[in-house]
Order: sequence, then structure tokens, then C-alpha cells
Amino acid sequence: MMLTRRSLLATATAAGAMNMWDAPLKMAFANVPTEQRFVVVILRGALDGLAAVPAHGDPDYASVRGDLALQKTGNHPLLDLNGQFGLHPSLSGMKAMWDAKELTVLHNIGSAYHDRSHFDAQNILESGGKGPHVLSDGWLNRALKPMGLADGEGALAVASTPPLILDGKAKATSWMPAALPEPDAAFLARVRALYKHDATLASALDRAIATEAKAAAAMDDTPKSGMDMRMRAGYGDVTPLFSGAGTLLANAGGPRVAVLDVGGWDTHVNEGAGDGQLARRLRALDQGLVALKASLGPMWGKTAVLAVTEFGRTVAPNGSQGTDHGTAGAAFLLGGAVAGGAVMADWVGLKPAALQDGRDLPVRTDMRALFKAVLGDHMRVASRELEATIFPDSAEVLPLKGLFRA
Amino acid sequence: MSLEAAIAAHSFGLGARPGEVEAAGSAPRDWLMSQLSRPVPQPRPFSGDAFRSGGELAAGFLKLRKMQKDPTALLAAFKTHAQSYVREMGARFAVGFSTKQPFAERLVWFWSNHFAVSAQNPRAIAVAGAFEREAIRPNISGKFEDMLLAAVRHPAMQLYLDNAQSIGPHSLAGRIVNRGLNENLGRELMELHTLGVDGGYTQDDVVALAKLLTGWSIDPDGGGRNGFRYYPIRHEPGDIVLRGKTYPSGEDGGIAALKDLAHDPATARHIARKFAVHFIADEPPKESVARLEAVFNSTGGNLMALAEAAVNDPLAWKAGKKMRSPVEYVTAAYRLMNWPHGGDIDQQLKGAMAAARLMGQFPLAAPSPKGWPDSSESWSGPDAILNRIQWAREVGNRLPDSFDPLALAEASMGPLLQSDTHTAMTKAASAGEAVALLLCSPEFQRR
Repeated sequence: MMLTRRSLLATATAAGAMNMWDAPLKMAFANVPTEQRFVVVILRGALDGLAAVPAHGDPDYASVRGDLALQKTGNHPLLDLNGQFGLHPSLSGMKAMWDAKELTVLHNIGSAYHDRSHFDAQNILESGGKGPHVLSDGWLNRALKPMGLADGEGALAVASTPPLILDGKAKATSWMPAALPEPDAAFLARVRALYKHDATLASALDRAIATEAKAAAAMDDTPKSGMDMRMRAGYGDVTPLFSGAGTLLANAGGPRVAVLDVGGWDTHVNEGAGDGQLARRLRALDQGLVALKASLGPMWGKTAVLAVTEFGRTVAPNGSQGTDHGTAGAAFLLGGAVAGGAVMADWVGLKPAALQDGRDLPVRTDMRALFKAVLGDHMRVASRELEATIFPDSAEVLPLKGLFRA
Repeated sequence: MSLEAAIAAHSFGLGARPGEVEAAGSAPRDWLMSQLSRPVPQPRPFSGDAFRSGGELAAGFLKLRKMQKDPTALLAAFKTHAQSYVREMGARFAVGFSTKQPFAERLVWFWSNHFAVSAQNPRAIAVAGAFEREAIRPNISGKFEDMLLAAVRHPAMQLYLDNAQSIGPHSLAGRIVNRGLNENLGRELMELHTLGVDGGYTQDDVVALAKLLTGWSIDPDGGGRNGFRYYPIRHEPGDIVLRGKTYPSGEDGGIAALKDLAHDPATARHIARKFAVHFIADEPPKESVARLEAVFNSTGGNLMALAEAAVNDPLAWKAGKKMRSPVEYVTAAYRLMNWPHGGDIDQQLKGAMAAARLMGQFPLAAPSPKGWPDSSESWSGPDAILNRIQWAREVGNRLPDSFDPLALAEASMGPLLQSDTHTAMTKAASAGEAVALLLCSPEFQRR
């Protein structure tokens, strides 16, 4: 029999760090992991909230958006939600989830940070701090221990290396479709032995082997298809990453929390309206979310997916038929566990006087209110943990209510 | 073999080629600095046409707009641009594999990542290679303000950060066409290239700098000054106040603003820290950053002096402080094995490019204008490490049994080679497996 990476758990890992006699004892004391699933999709680059979620019922919408305004009729009609707000025509899969009451849309959401740097704003989004670089680890990482998922395999980043949101004291794993043949077990065991004095490399390798074993068991993970999946992702098709994540999450022994990154939202030039650059990107996101739902199977009913971006974009087009960096934007909460079918927006209109600095949607909901609600009501994290360690210094930010099915 | 010579080759260079540690010899600091007094090698094609200038490439790219009505031709033309980018990146890897000025090459990579333009953006794919060739390589030992001006004016930056089409709302052109200001370059220029995000500027300053840069664009025929052209009719008229200082209208106003930004103390602080993070440690000692900052300030941003200050910093002379990035890792492996040599060179370069991409990095293709991350943490996730091990094993599988891996390891790593690695290599089943173990070892993954 040819040994593969799949069969390695028993050899390389055991030969490495773990004392085999410890294992049963550890299992007896381990928490039974939660059955709930939670996925965060980070829309890096600042999604235009008014493009994804047009406020077509607002009397100023058409005039202020100009050429970027979405139309109710024609080739690419927007998808109406409630007469006031709609979804971009590319988001037909999400519209179906809305119809099934599995999607909640949030508008005028953002952070307390208003300085429009992508990188500082992403730092706040991921660290959960009050300002940029106040906290050095990620809020989801700080939540892993209270969720009982800090063993290194409970949380998954679909990336080569976990991003800041999952980075910190608790261990998380990372996975991408495999592209090269698996080294033989004996070789991996020798490499593992070289890492015995190197905690970083040893721990990374152990987690990779464990995750890979689950991925291999759950999907047809031939190197050829893995390379193909990676290449497709490189060209903008994110469905392989979403369905891979869903397959791993659906596995009873797999991770409970996953993070995916989808970029390409920084539309300074020729953003397009019903069709064009942003429309194509939104379609890819929509297809990814549909693939995630399909691959989760029955576990979709226990799932909440949060799609968030670091900030929104200017309400009016800039000088290049695009939009510049703004303040508040839109976010999405979806999944079988979500009590959906509502748009949550403390809408103040689109008149210049109502806008942040006369140009951006103002923040009316702090995104930490959404994060706290998902962790508290869906992942059952105690509120003292939320306040003390996960989102310190956020007492004034109250969790949103009623987002989940009872 | 001295420890310092090995550190010079690995921590300041790109990993030792055969014989390089001896070349660094007993005066490794001199060996490093002497690399900066000669011009940096330019990537050259192994066959076929010479690489074209940024001006020509940008002009060719702009002509694609006229092909909108013929999607097949447009796609074919775009593919040609993408292929020429990949061809040039192959040549860029080849410079990394063979250069005898590896410290100079590291500086090229550092600065082109600082002024990141990314081929992930279709607008920049045609010109990204030319950007590094024209704006970065000639300037790594010169003045920061010269590199800044060259970078900002280069057609690649003008396209990537959307300034080529930014138009002053009150300019002649702005009053005629339905186009106007684009603040992307104005913001990133202060946040990423000069002052740093906490360097002291406001949203009004972002708009002011964007206005100062209106009219800076691309010559549609590839002429102008290296493809750059200033269009007075697009320039926002009137005095413009940036960070409390009034600049005159016109191209000179923008140039003066850039020079002031280049010499601002906040810029010195920002650059000094980035430099220290790259060459010294993820969390560099405060005194190292302070020394670099002082040198940047006192020399008016002399980049040779900055490099020398890093080389002369005793705290920099410690091996294994940082994980190699994927491009650095593949480069170090190829240098170790003296690749590419013999056989199909093109195929060997393609192999290197595929490997780096698989490990999550590709030259001049960062995910954002911030460039590739420069911390060990960014490159040591589970999937990232497993990819390296898989690749190392594949490399080992392809090696003949006819050479001596231990001699190779000792010549390249010298005193950096750990006894565990040495022992494991002696027990390996083949020469290829021994090399693979070396490539996987902690000391080779770090620099």
C-alpha cells in the first residue's frame, strides 16, 4: 500500500509532538464541539454598498448616483427587496435566499473609524478594536477558546496563511486546494522531526496535515483538480474555495468556523452599474455563496455567514465613473440559522446634509454590534467573554437583536 | 567559513550560490556595499525581442480601448500583454538566481514592493515589469525623492492608481467632459509611499494632493518623458493648500509637493521602520529604527546611506530572524542548486514561477497597493508550509544522485546549518531527499 498524506495522522503527527498515551485522556476532557457553523467572508477592498444594495426607493437615489444608478427595468433590472432597498442584479442567488428568509441585509454599517485607509479599516474590521492597531490579534481568534474551538482544527482559513481575524493565541488551520502530489509519510515524518525545536513550523505542519486529511476524505482531491481549482480562483472564480470550505465544514469532525477572502472591490474607475466590472465581481461572490450553501448540505440549517467589507464608497460617482473611499456600507448575514427577510438600516437619506462629510453614507450601526450578535446568539458565546476579551472597550455597542431563528 | 559571511549571503542577500560565501569572505560588509556602487543588472530576455519601454507598453495598452467592439481581438491583445508580463517575470527570477549583486537585488525587490504596482489589476499588467526596470532599478542607491518622482510619473503607477484619468473639475477639460477628480493616487501616495497613515494628513489633504497631480498622465503614443505626459488643460487651476502650505498651479506645484513629502520627517520615520522590518526583524529594535531614521533625515533621503546604515547595524547580523517570502524561498533554493543550468532554461524558469505562485506570492502582483506583506507570520500558515514541503520534495525527486548534498549544504549554509539537519541529510535515502530535507529545514526557510 502506498502511504499518502491522508494516512499520515497516525504516523507523522504521533511521531512528532503528541504523546499517544495522552490522547484518550484529552478527549475525555475535551468540550463537545458546537454543532453551529459560522463563516466570515471578508470583502477586501471596500465594496460599494449602494451598488450591492441600491436604495432605489430613496427620492435622491437616481440623481445622486448618476450613471451608477441601477434601473428597475431594462437589461439588468435590480432585484427589489421591500420597495425601498434592492439587490444588485448579479445577486440572484442571494435574492433566492432572501425569498427563503435566509438573508438579512444591513446598511449604513461600518466602524467608528472614518479616515478611509483600506489597511487601517481592515485592521479594525479584523481585530475588533476601537481604532487601528489597538489590538494585535483577531476578534474571531479571541472567540475560539470560548467557543471550544481553540485546538487548531476548529477554525479554518481558506488561504495559505490565516488572516488577522483568525490570528492570535488560539491556533487555527489554513487550507487551499492541493496542487502538488503528496510527499510520502516517511519524508513528512523526517521533516516533522527537524521542527522539534521550532514551535511555529511544527504547529503549522501538524495543523496542515490534519486539515488535509479531512479534505482528502471529504472530496476528490486529486492534484490535478487542486491545481485547476487554484488557477480558477486566481482568475476570479471563487466557487472552488467556497465549496471546499463548505465540504470541510459539513464534516462532523471538521472545522466549525471558516474565513474566506474575496477581493476586487476597489472600484475607482469604470465601476459599471447593472453590467460591468463590479457586476462581474458580485456575480462571482453570489455564485460562491450558492456553492457554499450547496456543499454544506443539511448543515446549512446550522450556519450563519457574514459578508463584510472594511468601509463603503462615496455616494456620488467620482471623476472616473467609479467611486472613491467612503465610510459606511452594506453587510450581509445569511444562512439557514438566520431569521432573514429584513433590511436593517437606520436610513437617513442621501441628501448632502445627511451624509458623512457631505459625501459618504454615515455609520448608523457599528459592525461590532453585528459581530457580537452572531457570536452571542448563534455561536453561544457568553456575553461576559464578548465584553471582556473579544470586543474590549465596546460596552456602548449593544448586540443586534432577533437575527436568528429561535 | 565565517558566520558573518553566511549571514551576509542569506540575510542581506538572496541565499548563497556556490562559492558566494567565500566571496563575501572576511569583509562581508564591504562585499555588500560594493554591490551598490555598480549598476543593478536589468532582466534580459533569453530569446526573442527585447523588453519594451513603459511608454510603449502603456500606449499599446491604451489602444485596447479602441477594440471594445471586437471582444475576440481585445482578449487576444490582452493575452499578449499578460504573456509579455510573465515572460519578463521569468527574466526577473533569472536575475535573482544568478546575480552577483544579491543585496542590490534585494533592495530592488524591497523598493518595488514599497511602490507596489500590481499585475493583479488588468490596467497594470502590461507595464508592471517596465515599472521596476525604469523607476526602481536605476534609483536604489540614489535619492528617495528621485525614486518617488520616477515611480509616481511612471505610466504603470499612473494607470494602477488611476491618476492617468484624473481631471481637475475646474480645468478646461473638466468643464467640457463628464470626468473629474480621482483621489486614489493622492491618498496612497501619502499613506503608503511617503508619510505613512499616521503621518499627519486629512481627507482635505488627500483631495489637495489629487488636485496637484491632475494633468499628470500618459502619452498616448509612448512618447513624452518615458511615457509620462503633463496635460495643462486637465490641471486644476488656482493655488492649492496641502498640509498648510500653498502650492502654485501647474506641474511644478505637484513636483514641489512631492519633494516636500519626500523630505518630511514622517516619511523618514515610515521608511526607516519598513526598512528595519525587512532587514532586521518583524519587530525591529527601536534603536535600529532610530538610527535609520536619523540617517534618512540627515542625508536628505540618500538610499545608499540608508542601506549602509542597515549593513552597519550590529543588530542586523543575526541569522534566521525572518521567514523567507515565497519568492525569496524559491530564489534561495535555485541559487543553492545553481539553477537554472543546462537543459531547457525556459522550463526551469516556468517551474520557479509556478512554485512561487503556488506558495502565494508572485513578483509585482501584490493583492493591494500596500504590496506584499513583510512579516514572518504572513508566510508561515499551515497550507503555506505544507506547500513548501511538497515543492521541496518534488525538487528533490528530480535531482540526480550524482552530486554530494552535504558538500552543497556546507558550502551554502556554512555555520548556519544545524546539526539536526546535517544528521537527517546523512540518513536520507537519496541525494535528492537530502536536498529536499535541507530545503524544508527551519534554517533554510528563514533568513
